[in-house]
Parts: sequence; structure tokens; C-alpha cells
Amino acid sequence: MGELELEDRERFEQLVLPYVDAAFNLARWLLRGRADAEDVAQEALLRACRFFRGFHGGDARAWLLQIVRNTCYTWLEKNRPMELSTEFDEEIHLQACATPENLAIAGDDRERLILALETLPPRFREVLVLRELEGCSYKEIAAITSLPIGTVMSSLSRARRQLHSALANPTQKGAVREV
Amino acid sequence: MKCDFADSLLQGYFDGELSDRRAAEFERHLGHCDHCATELVDLDWLSGRLQLTPIYEPAPASLRRTINTHLHPIAPTRPASQPLLWQWLTAAAALLFIAFILWRVGPELRSDDYQAELAGEIVDAHLRSLQPGHMTEIASNDERVVKGWFDAKLKFSLPVRDFARAGFALNGGRLDVVEGRSVAVLVYEHNGHPINVFVWPTREPDTSPRTGSRQGFQWVDWRKDKMEFCAVSDAAPADLEQLHKLFHSSV
Repeated sequence: MGELELEDRERFEQLVLPYVDAAFNLARWLLRGRADAEDVAQEALLRACRFFRGFHGGDARAWLLQIVRNTCYTWLEKNRPMELSTEFDEEIHLQACATPENLAIAGDDRERLILALETLPPRFREVLVLRELEGCSYKEIAAITSLPIGTVMSSLSRARRQLHSALANPTQKGAVREV
Repeated sequence: MKCDFADSLLQGYFDGELSDRRAAEFERHLGHCDHCATELVDLDWLSGRLQLTPIYEPAPASLRRTINTHLHPIAPTRPASQPLLWQWLTAAAALLFIAFILWRVGPELRSDDYQAELAGEIVDAHLRSLQPGHMTEIASNDERVVKGWFDAKLKFSLPVRDFARAGFALNGGRLDVVEGRSVAVLVYEHNGHPINVFVWPTREPDTSPRTGSRQGFQWVDWRKDKMEFCAVSDAAPADLEQLHKLFHSSV
């Protein structure tokens, strides 16, 4: 990374470094763990540094998060291919860990929320994290995920529905929604 | 009753992504559609849960440090083109002098650097833990329960003691990351002040406690029986010293 000239380095620090938290948070939710997230976020940031000359202004956060996301998916393909291959089989995924029993015994609201979120398929999880935690617009999410806006919207809608039912009916008894 | 209005319109309206004209159209529809009204409330509930629960995870200090080190590598020194003999000699003498100084006080300096860096990370971790819901992953004042929780997660055996009788009540524990490695954290409370005691295995010999303060927090660090402990809190330094003594005599 010594190849960044002083001027580029200052620009990188000004434009990209403010989003280190966003980078780590996205990696943490995509990989479902802090240790892996740190490794992958680091790799992504080093890459961003290497490719920084190719960044000609615009939305630095979206640019960085796109690199983080790609690095995460490459890592998942290599280390946990099952997670990506079963992603659209929502039933299987739901059975994996957010069973009503697991959700019911998870200690507090925060733990329940984390568990329910981690149980969503990665592509649902990422749109939710980008929208709700990062406050990205549809257009930004589309840029980060390289998905058409229509797909972003439908993923977001399905993700919300799944998360809502996991949280609102932890014991699956009765259809009363806690609102 | 399911409504004919496209789901994407509802989402777009909720997320503020519709054009003014489309939003007005949807609002007219909303006036007489119970289904969409309920869905909006659900969306709002879910969004509130996601945004109000502290689940956003900021980057650990170690990640920032790694990136910084990469951005500011130590510049290689350029050898002089035609060095004169006396320049070499001066340089050699200076090097000898520096080597001597480093030999005498180096270990002390290195250790202080390490301590300062460690204290910085520990205080960062302490600050993070003060956010609502971040303090304990296992909340219990039962030594055995807390120890059992850690034993299932750690590769080392962690001594867990409740010092409630001495005024330091065990509140639970959690795992945290300091200097890029997982550490155990025992959480105590003393007169309303939360105290985090970070514990991890070490190969270094035992030390007497070192203390310091940073960003308004006190810390005390010591090593005993191949374990390093670092307690940090906004409590008075004397309180931390007392906690150190309790640990020292019990562990």
C-alpha cells in the first residue's frame, strides 16, 4: 500500500476512513461473527486502498461497502458455501437456528433480534442492514449489491416480512401480533 | 384482507422513496385500506426495533490501527550518495550511543508503549460496553453460572469470584476483543460504578499492579499465575486498588 501517494493517502483518509465502522458492521452481519468480520473488513479496506486511484469521486461509502460486500461473498463461497447455496430455501434456513424454541429461550430482546436477523438468508440480511442500520437509499443499496432496484425492493420486503414473523410470533402460538 | 396495491408501493412509501405524485396517490389509497394501514404500523414497529436496539457493531480499534499502519509505513531511509569518513564515524558513534540507551532503558520504554496502547484499547472496549445492552452477555451474580458460561466459550479456565460482601458485586460477564484477541470480561458494580475486569492468558511473569487513567477512566493492570488482568472504571483509583487486592488474595 506504500504505492498511495501522499495526496491520495490524505484523500483516502478523508473520504474512506470515516466508513470503517460501516464496513465492519456490514461484514459482521454478513459473516455473523466479529473475528471473521475483522479479517474480511481488513482485507476489503486494503483492497479499497489498492484500487483507490480508480475511485473518481461520488459516494465513497457505497464504493467501500461494495468492496466489503464482494470480499464477504468471496469469503463465504470459499469458507461456508452452504450458506449461499441454501439461501433461497427459506424453510431450511428457518429450521437452522431461529426455531420458535430458540427464539423463546434467547435471553432478552436484543439477543432475539440478533438471532432472528442472523437466521435470514445473507441476501435478505444485507438489504436490511444497509437500509435500517446504515440508512442507505434503494439506489445506494442497488449500487452496493449490484442488484436491480426492483430486486432490492422485493428482497427488502421479503426480509422484513420474515424478520417480523420471527420476532412477533416467537412461540408460534396464536396469531396475535405484538405491535 | 390482502390489498391489490403493490407491496413495493407500500415499502417505497414507508422508506420515503416515492415521488410526490406517487406518495399522494398512495396516501389517498391509505385513507380507506385497513390492510395497508396495518402493514405500515408493522413496518414502523420493525424499523424501530432494528434502529433502537444497540446492534450496530462499530469497528474494533485493532482494525483501525492495522489500516493506519498500512497507510503510514515507516519511510525507508536513503543512504547518502558520497559519505565522508567523518560522517560515517559520527553516525556510528550515534548508533552506539542509541544502542546503549536502548539497552539500558529500552525494555522500560517498550513496556510503557505497550501499556499505553493496551490501556487505550481497554478504555475503548469499556466505553463500548457502556452502551445499553452491551455490558453483559451472561447476567448473573452466581459465580458458578458465570464460570460455567465462560468455560463453554474459553480455551482457558477463568477464575470467577463475587466480592459482593466487600462492596464489589458480580453482575455477569461477556466476551470482548482487545488487541485482536478474544478476552473474557467480568463485570462488577461498586457504588453504582460499573467495573470491567478484562482477563486473558499470558506467558509473561507476574507483575505488581500498574495504574493509569485515560479519557477520565481509571485502569489497573496486573499479571498473576499466567493470567493478565486489567480493571477499568470511572470509580476512584482506590476502589480499583481494593478490587485488585481482592482478586490477588482470592485467585
